[in-house]
Amino acid sequence: MLYRENGQFKSTYAADLQMLPILQDRLFMFGLIAFAFLVVPFAASDYLFLSILIPFLILTVAAIGLNLLVGYCGQISIGHAAFMAVGAYAAYNLWLRVPWMNFLVVLVLAGFCAAAAGMIFGIPSLRIKGLYLAVATLAAQFFSDWVFARVKWFTDYAHSGSVSTAPIDLFGWTIDTPTDKYLFLLAVLIVFTILAKNLTRGHLGRAWMATRDMDVAAEVIGIRPVYAKLTAFAISAFYCGVAGALWGFMYLGAWEPLAFNLTLSLNLLFMIIIGGMGSILGSYFGAAFIVALPIILNQVPQWFGIPISTATASHLEFMIFGALIVLFLILEPHGIARLWAVGKEKLRLWPFPH
Amino acid sequence: MKRHVPVLVLAAVLLAGLFAPLVLKLSAPGFWTEVLLGGLMAGVLYSLVALGFVLIFKASGVFNFAQGAMVLFAALAVARLSERMPLWVAILLAVAIMVALAWLVERLVLRPLVNQEGVALLMATLGVTYFLDGFGQTVWGSDIYSIDLGIAREPVMVLEKVFEGGILINRDDVAAAVVAIILVGLLALFFQKTATGRALRAVADDHQAAMSIGIPLNRIWVIVWSVAGIVAIVAGVIWGGKLGVQFSISLVALKALPVVILGGFTSIPGAILGGLIIGVGEKMAEVFLGPPLVQMFDLAGGGIENWFAYMLALLFLLVRPEGLFGEKHIDRV
Repeated sequence: MLYRENGQFKSTYAADLQMLPILQDRLFMFGLIAFAFLVVPFAASDYLFLSILIPFLILTVAAIGLNLLVGYCGQISIGHAAFMAVGAYAAYNLWLRVPWMNFLVVLVLAGFCAAAAGMIFGIPSLRIKGLYLAVATLAAQFFSDWVFARVKWFTDYAHSGSVSTAPIDLFGWTIDTPTDKYLFLLAVLIVFTILAKNLTRGHLGRAWMATRDMDVAAEVIGIRPVYAKLTAFAISAFYCGVAGALWGFMYLGAWEPLAFNLTLSLNLLFMIIIGGMGSILGSYFGAAFIVALPIILNQVPQWFGIPISTATASHLEFMIFGALIVLFLILEPHGIARLWAVGKEKLRLWPFPH
Repeated sequence: MKRHVPVLVLAAVLLAGLFAPLVLKLSAPGFWTEVLLGGLMAGVLYSLVALGFVLIFKASGVFNFAQGAMVLFAALAVARLSERMPLWVAILLAVAIMVALAWLVERLVLRPLVNQEGVALLMATLGVTYFLDGFGQTVWGSDIYSIDLGIAREPVMVLEKVFEGGILINRDDVAAAVVAIILVGLLALFFQKTATGRALRAVADDHQAAMSIGIPLNRIWVIVWSVAGIVAIVAGVIWGGKLGVQFSISLVALKALPVVILGGFTSIPGAILGGLIIGVGEKMAEVFLGPPLVQMFDLAGGGIENWFAYMLALLFLLVRPEGLFGEKHIDRV
């Protein structure tokens, strides 16, 4: 009754092209953003910030990045934590060695480093695809694990191989408390979301989707596969590089080389499967799901008063993860984003479906 | 001939790398042979895991990421069961468990996902991997367990007359190699001589055609996953007997992925040869290439073997995407 688009006419090209064409969507989105900026910082506890909201915001950036590659361009990668690692270590070294540089510049440069790495490991995608590519990206994963554990320069010759950072100073604003971090990350996420959304609506996104759907046909209609695939790898790795830098600086603070291991790569992949492949919104859902699930699983037995050891809980988490992946692939291959879309469709006709 | 040139070049480089330490007198022949044998042993284990991959990929087109988890699960099952009963009973029980698992996977995962694209199936097996890792450790426990194969641990000195100081060989390594050879022989017999094996090969060639002449696809899948499960038991027992049963088995088993790339996804001989190449290659690289690299770049230790296999597979993909013995058909873009 409330959610319907009758009477909303598009009379200009700008109105036709806008990201949220329906007024209710716009209001909802602005309301949500206002809520996130104005209410959450005062309402949430430090625990909520540190263990849920901050990882959620960062992982969403990474998930959007992976979704651009896997969901939009159809090139599977099970090594994206490698690009997060590249971003994190690039940011660390820039921050350490060029202390006067603004952190925003550091972030962007870290993203570019990751993008370069992404393009190098994306080269095999020009000859191979699908399952073979999965193994090629696995090479990126194990190689980066090794490089950052062994090459001392990257970790500033730290004896233990782990690196640590200090709070960031941004135009006189020291990002130190959980609330500061949350606000900064929220702003970054919004910028990256808008960028990604528009990328996928533009010619690049269309080229990616055409390549995904049928690469030969895409080539026939004049899309250069080399260009489409390498840009997808580069931009996807850029997102992950920025996310990695944020993950290191804002969430971990200090980290070991194995902070960006295969498990993180697989988690990113699960986020976009569960959230929805080829959907920016799905990346949000997926990241929220993967961040929240272990916490919920830890809480549930306590509510019922069942004593459960942490080891058992983590094994149960593995099992439930695995079962959910299979379940989602069978029941709803397009993920939570698809359920959301179905719900919206239902809402348009509610309560009079005829 | 022209398309073979890059492969030949790569093979020549690998061979040169293999014999370089000998020719350049960097190591004693005895030590070199020991490294070679160590590599071959690791290679046998990789081959066994890769064999499971290839079997499933041939018969159902599923890229089974869960093979490593199956090896871990099987090894855990044998290790824990053998605490209460003789080893052979434990292994028989484990076979029953793996067959049941195969049936469940076919029922709950493969059948609902039939006709999906390969990538969706790959992700489903990722889910199976997680489930099996969690399930195995919940049921069997997550400590490090040992499997006692009843083989003496102390190495034997052989060929003292040929090399100075002789070569040390572990008895369990020899046993593992023998078991692996027997297993491959049995599989070859099964595939070539039995009706079921013929049906399996038919399904591998063409699903549709196999179905149209009355081969029950679902049953074939159960059989092939069971066979892969049994191969996983063999790999798990050998591995567990050598290094102890622990979670890292499931990660090391990921090395089978470059092996199948190298050997070709659909080729059993390819899996075996690929495993040996990777095993020898990474041991040689670790021992002879590692120290100079560490010195040159001032690294914090070697560990090249962690990525050498993947990089080799990556190179191989660029020059010959179908692998050594894989079918020529591949989607080129």
